[in-house]
Amino acid sequence: MSLPAIAITKLVKRFGDSTVLQDIDLEIPEGKVSCLIGPSGSGKSTLLRCLAFLEEPTSGMITINGEALGFFEAPNGKRERLPPAQIRAVRAKTGMVFQQFNLWPHMTALGNVSEALKTVHKLPKGEAEARALAQLRKVGLENRANHYPSQLSGGQQQRVAIARALALEPKIMLFDEPTSALDPELTGEVLNVMRDLAAEGMTMVVVTHEIGFAATVAHQISFLDHGRLLFSGPPSEIFAKPRHPRLDQFLDTYLDRGASMLA
Amino acid sequence: MIFNPQIILEKLPEIGSGLLVTLILWLVGIAGGVAVGFLVATARRFGGRAINLGLGALVEVLRGTPFLIQVFLLYYGGPFVGLMLDPIPCGLIALTVYAAAYYSEIFRAGYAAVPPGHVEAAECLGLSRLQAIRRVQIPEMALIVLPPAVNLAVILLKESAVLSIITVPELTATVSAIGSQQYAFLEAIFVLAVIYWAIVEATGRLGRVAENRLSRLRTANA
Repeated sequence: MSLPAIAITKLVKRFGDSTVLQDIDLEIPEGKVSCLIGPSGSGKSTLLRCLAFLEEPTSGMITINGEALGFFEAPNGKRERLPPAQIRAVRAKTGMVFQQFNLWPHMTALGNVSEALKTVHKLPKGEAEARALAQLRKVGLENRANHYPSQLSGGQQQRVAIARALALEPKIMLFDEPTSALDPELTGEVLNVMRDLAAEGMTMVVVTHEIGFAATVAHQISFLDHGRLLFSGPPSEIFAKPRHPRLDQFLDTYLDRGASMLA
Repeated sequence: MIFNPQIILEKLPEIGSGLLVTLILWLVGIAGGVAVGFLVATARRFGGRAINLGLGALVEVLRGTPFLIQVFLLYYGGPFVGLMLDPIPCGLIALTVYAAAYYSEIFRAGYAAVPPGHVEAAECLGLSRLQAIRRVQIPEMALIVLPPAVNLAVILLKESAVLSIITVPELTATVSAIGSQQYAFLEAIFVLAVIYWAIVEATGRLGRVAENRLSRLRTANA
């Protein structure tokens, strides 16, 4: 088997006295869609934020394409923080999409997508905007390039946010509940963009409550509960009966939210 | 006794020169206050704990004492520490420092109101800390603080009248002097009220126009 896109080993995250993630071991396969599911407070968003290095793990290790993210943990347990340039280089392999979109309100859609190309990659304005426009076309928003976020629907804002992350050509896309802040009728357009992306072979890690999306698009589903990874596997295994009792209990709460086909 | 503001308005050139001094004091006070206040708020937010506490204490003293007392201290107390200031420079410094204290608080609240996720998004896209501050935090903060900043500008115009007591030849000093000469004190005060009110009203309108123009730059939801 080829090198996993992301390897997580013995990951622990504590905030003060409370342990949010406990000994997580997980491999995210290259070119596949991995969904993290679980009840609120299970730690799935924190795990994703650790992958984006927005949270620093308390212990354990994360490697992305074989390269350590943030910290290097020697087999003897000694842990070293890597130099900032190296952290930045490894972080650049991932793109992050947030539940609240987090578009910058003072920039147009085009401005949002081209900003990092200009300030970080130092591309000339024309080239940055041409590349940004191509990304907007990909999410079907070329004709909204000069709109400000306040002039876009939630679904459109999230698609701009996806284009903004894709513009930097990450190897892996991280999605933190990308449709949770959207009206039900706007979730479809965002999920469609994500399906297209999956079909192109992008490695994706998706924290989601869209069980239907997870069941149909994911290659791997990981179920977290109280900071522990209870199990992980392809949807066909995970959803096959008899199911893990905790998963059954969790799915019961979803039966009226699009997961009835699994019942 | 007849109420006749005409007596005051006959001295139009003098009123004009007083108004000019007031406008200069006010605009320079705002510009200086905004500049210094911005630097103070930025240093407090990004400069570490010691700087935050030190500047915070200074701001609290300036906000906790009446402007009148600050002006007296600077004008009459200054010479004791070798600071001899003419009325106009003294008034300018006092107004700027006072404005800076309040503007710094407005900017501090503005920085705090920028959603942390907007900065995280910048971080994930590889922007450095400084780039995120310059490209995301400062512009977003500037939009958030516009209404309270205009409000403070209006307050500063009215506070500038206090400078008449250290003989700065501004609007209040000029017009009330005319009132005393002409034995028309009430008329003078009335004319003053109208002029200040007109400037405040114009400023408020300008602020609202700017807000409307910039409203599309605010986040719609989230």
